[in-house]
Amino acid sequence: MYTQALNDRPAAAAVEDADQAERFQARIDAEDRIEANDWMPEAYRRTLVRQISQHAHSEIIGQLPEGNWITRAPSLRRKAALLAKVQDECGHGLYLYAAAETLDASREELMDQLMEGRARYSSIFNYPATTWADIGAIGWLVDGAAIMNQIPLCRCSYGPYARAMIRVCKEESFHQRQGFEIMMTLCNGTVAQKAMAQDALNRWWWPCLMMFGPPDGASQHSDQSTRWKIKRFSNDALRQKFVDATVPQAEYLGLTLPDPALAFDAATGHWTHGEIDWDEFKQVLAGNGPCNRDRIEARRAAHENGEWVRAAAAAFAAKQSQRQAA
Amino acid sequence: MAGGPGLRRFFEDENMATNTITVSETPLVLYALRRADDSLILGHRLSEWCGHAPTLEEDMALANIGLDLIGQARSLYGYAAEVEPREDGRSANDEDGYAYFRDAGQYRNLLLCEQPNRDFACTMVRQFFYSAFTDPYWRAMTSSSDPTLAAVAAKSEKESAYHLRHAAEWLIRLGDGTEESHARTQRAVDALWSFTGELFDADDAEDSLVADRLVVHPSAFRDIWSDTVDVGFARAGLRRPDGAWMQRGGRGGRHSEHLGPLLAEMQHLQRSHPGARW
Ligand SMILES: [Fe+2]
Ligand SMILES: [Fe+2]
Repeated sequence: MYTQALNDRPAAAAVEDADQAERFQARIDAEDRIEANDWMPEAYRRTLVRQISQHAHSEIIGQLPEGNWITRAPSLRRKAALLAKVQDECGHGLYLYAAAETLDASREELMDQLMEGRARYSSIFNYPATTWADIGAIGWLVDGAAIMNQIPLCRCSYGPYARAMIRVCKEESFHQRQGFEIMMTLCNGTVAQKAMAQDALNRWWWPCLMMFGPPDGASQHSDQSTRWKIKRFSNDALRQKFVDATVPQAEYLGLTLPDPALAFDAATGHWTHGEIDWDEFKQVLAGNGPCNRDRIEARRAAHENGEWVRAAAAAFAAKQSQRQAA
Repeated sequence: MAGGPGLRRFFEDENMATNTITVSETPLVLYALRRADDSLILGHRLSEWCGHAPTLEEDMALANIGLDLIGQARSLYGYAAEVEPREDGRSANDEDGYAYFRDAGQYRNLLLCEQPNRDFACTMVRQFFYSAFTDPYWRAMTSSSDPTLAAVAAKSEKESAYHLRHAAEWLIRLGDGTEESHARTQRAVDALWSFTGELFDADDAEDSLVADRLVVHPSAFRDIWSDTVDVGFARAGLRRPDGAWMQRGGRGGRHSEHLGPLLAEMQHLQRSHPGARW
């Protein structure tokens, strides 16, 4: 919005000199925070814009699967909590788009990329939330996985992103506890409720493991991101952390994780899991998940239906400033 | 009864399956339910926008207002549960009982609150009409002789002041924005106008509470509401409809076609798992 004119900057990479790049890396190595007005390599900026905008899109698209249960939440307490939670996710989207704007990427441009299918968001939100137990499972597992990913980002080398993450993580851990508590209530409930909880876990478990991204070695951006301290742990390390944290929680709920190969390795102290279906992951990223089209369509519809409202607000603001000038 | 035992059993089973509650509607219970139902139904309508609003900022604002209203509903249902007389042995109703186990005919909200969102103009005009009433109403209710109602009013007053400001700003922006936004807003005003008369109604039950100084008569707010609306319309360049006919019925449980589907969606999970806790 404010930065649109700056989007077409010249290919800066050509004029970057080696000294500057070296000084920049030295700052990173010294755990210095990079701020919006500091010099940075063009590739660093591009990497961050890609990551932050994917993250922002995930928050906004992530409103949809849970949002579809707000009007059907089974108690007033749950209804209020779910509405507040989905509202938080929208707020996360806003902080993140604002962080991207500090890197000269406008919200409008990023949103256009999303609606035109040129930008990615987390694969997890392309799965349907079909029962109330999915609201528990999403909070417990999806927000839980998001926390694993995002806590290290609170120490990301780029200041505005790191600060946004600190705020976001506080709310995500609240969401995670709330989701677990929904699962807990279902697991202590009727036979049908417990079955609903198990069914949700069966459907969400594997897609949640995929949230951490392709296995180490297959990931394109990790090495440079690690050197720039944007990424501090590998995909597999974070996935392992998540599995280790979640197995005892599932046990506590009396639920069975849908992985017959799951086993505790006494030598490493970690839980080993079965093979992840990376073909499914690739299909979802390619747009072929169960809900990809619905999600983009819903976002587009909101955007198009809101067009006249945004136009009215802009026209009114223009009239106001004209009146003030007169 | 016509029909064989099979048909009779069908009706008995039906009654068991619906598990609709009965409510002893004393004047105070009825009062609390009416105001709670207004808040819940309107809050529910606003929550339908979540994830679909014209801007992210507005997505958050509508959720905020919805949350305020659902919160007000919960306080008022809680109070209704506290003061509802219990016939021997019957356990008390609670907030979820009132929300999830009453049929449309037992809902007491204003027809205005159940009107569908349609477009953003309609949503904002509905909110403007409602909040232009509740803002002065809750302010006056802070001096209710009933300490619980006074406390609910104290909280609601602050919230309603913000709801009114927010809706009035949009009314003006949309009315004085583009040709399209003006036309949409005028159409919303014309469509919703006939639901505003009910805001000022009270019946014998409510009159008895007025006499005891528990509540303020809603008709006392007609002039201030009218002034707020006129000022808003003037700044927005909107025309006040001439039609004097006002629709009524919500307070007595006679609703439009829009409440049934809303309740079917809201209540289905509770109703299809009788006795479950969530
Ligand atoms: Fe989030
Ligand atoms: Fe979250």
